[in-house]
Amino acid sequence: MSDSPNITTSELLSPDRIESAIFSLAQAVRESCGDNDFALVGIFTRGVTLAKRVAKILADEGLICPVGTLDISLYRDDFDNEGTDLPRLESSDIPFPIDGTRVILFDEVIFTGRTIRAALDGLMDYGRPSKIELAVLIDRGHREIPIQPDYVGVVVPSELNEYVKVRFVENDGTEGVFLVTK
Amino acid sequence: MSELKPRKDLLDIESLGLDEIEYVLGNAVPFKQLFQRSVKKVPTLRGKTVLNLFYEPSTRTSSSFEVAANRMSADVTNFSVSSSSIVKGESLLDTIETLQAMQSDYIVIRHQAAGVPNIVAKHTGASVINAGDGYHAHPTQALLDSMTFREVHPDYAGKRIAIVGDVLHSRVARSTSTLFHKQGIEVGVLGPGALIPEGRPDFMQRFQSWEDVFDWKPHAIYLLRVQMERQEGPFFPSIAEYHKMYGMNSERLVSMRKLGAYLMHPGPVNRGVEVTDEAMGYEKSLISTQVENGIAVRMAVLHWLKPETQMD
Repeated sequence: MSDSPNITTSELLSPDRIESAIFSLAQAVRESCGDNDFALVGIFTRGVTLAKRVAKILADEGLICPVGTLDISLYRDDFDNEGTDLPRLESSDIPFPIDGTRVILFDEVIFTGRTIRAALDGLMDYGRPSKIELAVLIDRGHREIPIQPDYVGVVVPSELNEYVKVRFVENDGTEGVFLVTK
Repeated sequence: MSELKPRKDLLDIESLGLDEIEYVLGNAVPFKQLFQRSVKKVPTLRGKTVLNLFYEPSTRTSSSFEVAANRMSADVTNFSVSSSSIVKGESLLDTIETLQAMQSDYIVIRHQAAGVPNIVAKHTGASVINAGDGYHAHPTQALLDSMTFREVHPDYAGKRIAIVGDVLHSRVARSTSTLFHKQGIEVGVLGPGALIPEGRPDFMQRFQSWEDVFDWKPHAIYLLRVQMERQEGPFFPSIAEYHKMYGMNSERLVSMRKLGAYLMHPGPVNRGVEVTDEAMGYEKSLISTQVENGIAVRMAVLHWLKPETQMD
């Protein structure tokens, strides 16, 4: 993370805070879902890591639920505006029948809500879940469409010129949530 | 992760970097996985138009592009020579002007003359995809061949592929062998002497007989189609003789099976010429996988190219 003069980075959450936030997410999911069947689906890349960590906590408590993965690149509404960005697609994997299943979607940060809109479209092309809910580690506000999370780790008020960066050991080799200001 | 430059057109294999090839083939895998879903369509190219401009007869390639575009939610228009004003004497540039006015975002073009897709690409903001021009190139065929071979041989570098047939008249042989060569796969060719181009391309090993091919222990045998419609002279005496000398018959099927080599063919197959009915049933034939992968690769190409039509 090299900071050029006009960019400042500050730590919002330490690895310990991340761990406890994910733990409380898992507890909220367990309380809401109880013994009923449900499945977790992570949005690439860090939503997948988040879903797997929650599934691990639940499994340690004896609650086993399947984890799927979803790449939403093909469902984005800004394909034309990508400019020079050439997305590398990931393999979505929904290893359970989705029809009639209660699904909890995971993403690391919710911002405008457009990613989740794309994820809902993508998920429903696999079938018809009985219910879809949304869990996020960070809610940084500034929604542009009416989508709200059902489970939130931490609410982080932010400015539009700021960027909330989540780093997980599994993906980045380092752990932390950072506020980047341009 | 290296930064790829956006590309407007796909005209040949020669000009592609290995990173671009890896990018497209990497993305083709998730596209192929969509075929397992009940909804095989994604909304990525909603509102975009794809024009299939075929100056040469083609059912497979044009329908493969059409399926690929449909699965990405693009609108497809098919423009083929028999139903167009090309037969009425309209010049290529006039046709391009007409196409411009239609505001297509992607133009898929097949033409009997090499280089026509390049000319069209130069004169339009649409992304142009060469779907075969003369004896020159057929890049999406090469990409789908590579994808198919890599599925059965993920550790493809250093593997050997024998191409058998009419290499001279085959843009498939040219593009596919160039791509395999770029990826470190060895390519050898067997075919009628008159149909193997002298000294081109120089990396290909030339065989004199099927015995030589089998001694080389290829991992795949790629049979080319005898292009009945593109023979301009007496390159070989008869179809029967071609079959006898170069076709995949029962005896060669035994040797291929013994080697465990895969069988590939770009289609459409001339049964009884390049290949017998019996060999068509070979358990290690990849021919239908090639068709399926063709759709995935073409979706990945449409996703990759950046038309200049959205600029203003």
